[in-house]
Amino acid sequence: MASNFNQGGSNGEGDDGAHSRPPEWADGLKQLYDSVVEEALPDSFKDLLDRLDAIDPARGKGAARDGRDTSQ
Amino acid sequence: MSDGPANDEREPGGSLSAIDKASFKRELTDVVPHLRAFARGLCGRPDLADDLVQETLLKAWAAQDRFEPGTSMRAWTFVILRNAYLTDMRRNRFRGEYDEGVAERILTAPAGQEEPIHLSDLHRALLTLPAERREALLLVGAGGFSYEEAAQICGCAVGTIKSRVGRARAALTEMLANGSIPRRSSDDDVAHSAILEELDEVAAGNGVSSRP
Repeated sequence: MASNFNQGGSNGEGDDGAHSRPPEWADGLKQLYDSVVEEALPDSFKDLLDRLDAIDPARGKGAARDGRDTSQ
Repeated sequence: MSDGPANDEREPGGSLSAIDKASFKRELTDVVPHLRAFARGLCGRPDLADDLVQETLLKAWAAQDRFEPGTSMRAWTFVILRNAYLTDMRRNRFRGEYDEGVAERILTAPAGQEEPIHLSDLHRALLTLPAERREALLLVGAGGFSYEEAAQICGCAVGTIKSRVGRARAALTEMLANGSIPRRSSDDDVAHSAILEELDEVAAGNGVSSRP
């Protein structure tokens, strides 16, 4: 469907090496990434960050166990 | 990721001052959106990605005495996330699944092409790449890391990263140009087994966590 199109002009897969100029879809990777970066942080993260203070990093193993419990 | 406390101002027991702890937490908080974005790119499904980030945050917190202040928190936590991802992949064999949320957003409509490329096309194509190429491309092409930084995160040579990024770009360009992006069901299995094959190699040979 949307992906089923004919290639028009020249594209980046030519003979000029693996990383010549970024392909035209390259900006899409940043868009995918940035769209997540810009999302509002879910409450579950705020809760977790709040909880961190109560976890003593010196007891690292205990903290890791807690993590496993909470991540189901 | 050294635990040698040689040039470390902090106490050998690993206990941090309240100030250190507060600034660590601030930095950690700041990178959470980036961790979510990296995880989403790696494993596709938002819920699994967020589980991975939560796991990463807890591991980072537990290991905070190994973080060197002044270095990149984003790079340091990406290593943790990456290793957690590889471990989960091997343990649970969860598959990269598509994020329906990006479904039909138009990414670009290059001149001379009948149909625009949709962000969802790119996303699906990305998820078919072997894990090591996908992460290399994500780090460099989406996360904005240099090849050198990406190499450090993945625990491999700079040339290896360049090669992986190049191959990933070529594969995506090919898929997007030809419309040969795997669709939802059956092709997943092919992509998935390819990912798992490469995973063994990645996890065995290049784990950053095993380096001194």
